[in-house]
Amino acid sequence: MIRFQHVYKEYPRTGLALQDVSLFVAKGEFVFLTGPSGAGKSSMLKLTYMEELPTKGDVWVSGVRAKGVKRRDVAKLRRKLGVVFQDFRLLEDRTAEANVAFALEVIDTPRAAIPAKVARALAQVGLSAKATSLPRELSGGEQQRVAIARALVNDPFVLIADEPTGNLDERATRGVFQLLRDVNASGTAVMMATHNLDLVRRSDYRTIEVNRGQIVFDSADAANRKKAEGLA
Amino acid sequence: MRLALRETILGFRRAPVLSVLSITTIAFSLFAFGLFSLVALNIRKTLSDVESRVEIRAFLADGTPVEVVSAAMGDIGAFPEVSRVEYVSPDSALARARAELGEFKDVFESAFLPASIDVRLREGHRDPASVRAIADRMKSLEFIDDVRFGEDWVDKLYRIRNVATAAGVILGLAFAAVAVIIIGATIRMAVMARAREISIMRLVGATDGFIRRPFLIEGFVKGILGGSLALALTWFASVVISRNFIQTEFFSRGLAGLGLLGGALIGLVGSSLSVGRHLRKI
Repeated sequence: MIRFQHVYKEYPRTGLALQDVSLFVAKGEFVFLTGPSGAGKSSMLKLTYMEELPTKGDVWVSGVRAKGVKRRDVAKLRRKLGVVFQDFRLLEDRTAEANVAFALEVIDTPRAAIPAKVARALAQVGLSAKATSLPRELSGGEQQRVAIARALVNDPFVLIADEPTGNLDERATRGVFQLLRDVNASGTAVMMATHNLDLVRRSDYRTIEVNRGQIVFDSADAANRKKAEGLA
Repeated sequence: MRLALRETILGFRRAPVLSVLSITTIAFSLFAFGLFSLVALNIRKTLSDVESRVEIRAFLADGTPVEVVSAAMGDIGAFPEVSRVEYVSPDSALARARAELGEFKDVFESAFLPASIDVRLREGHRDPASVRAIADRMKSLEFIDDVRFGEDWVDKLYRIRNVATAAGVILGLAFAAVAVIIIGATIRMAVMARAREISIMRLVGATDGFIRRPFLIEGFVKGILGGSLALALTWFASVVISRNFIQTEFFSRGLAGLGLLGGALIGLVGSSLSVGRHLRKI
């Protein structure tokens, strides 16, 4: 579903952000990306939603290949995945439901179908009661829920979350994380970059640690090794 | 399309000051272009008035029979370049000379001026080369003594005309380029003001074409509004100039419409370039 093959990413100003990264994320999987700031977590996520393209190597996401990809194909790919950020990225002058509806409107969803889909997405994140609130009237946790509702409204196969709890207090963090677990439980894969090791430790999801642009630990490999050793 | 329209209206409503500012900027840059065009139009008109007076005068040999003259007039009138042929008798030549010379009219006494055939040329055939060619053809007729057409004057007129045309084209292009750059910059400000929205649109899978649409409509509308304002200002300027300085001619309806369309087109192109540049960056 998501495959990185010997990926290198170099930025003109900051230099090499990723080197020789290979990775496979299966359908419905939950993956944590951890590591210090500047390790390359965000670059990996950007390569996944094709905001960036690899300098060397290749990336496949749901059958779309990064090498030679057209902008139109990137747009189509993004309709099948949801992305949330630390800073929520909501439109400040639109209500919660208008923010969610916006994601449907810009991809030419039939107008009649929009209200029901928006209501369902807001219900999924527990914000039905605040549908008509503006972002500034919502708490950080609630704003992130609106962003998640917007990411989910198109039924994505993967939810990409770049430090989604980075701006939230502990209580809101727990709430948003539980929401992501629920999303994953309903079959959507989740790729989440985080600094919050507490969250990582409290769950047994696959964890990939990145440092200086390289994968230094992948719990899936460790599990496979253990399995292999057990068999031997 | 409905969404694009809604987003356009939202864009105007969200940043009314910026919108008014950009429409005014567009209006004034087009106004400068409009004023220049007005001057160019009037110079052109004056030159073409002068040009229409380009005339070839063929003096007839003494004693040329009337039948020969009228047959020659028929032949010359049939030249495709010729618009009018007129016979001027010695008496009318004298009357005309007296009228033209005003206070010196008394220097002419009896009818010593020869009869002539005066030929006016159609538009497009009044350049020195064409005039000379027709004059030569007329000169070859045996009953014609001499042919005059103010050679130096025609040459000078055409030099002025060519300089005016070249200056007009170069200045016009420069003014138009300045207008496009200014309009592009104001629309770029509108694009920057909505950079966040554009990045979210891209994130949720909107195509470049979709993102462009509201900005193109906005550019078009601003172009039309700015163009109308510029047209009104130019009209006002032309009225003031006509009343106080010199009678000027204003653009015809078609030309005014064309200018308005040009404004809209500049708005559209400026928008398209600005959004395109922005989209390539993200």
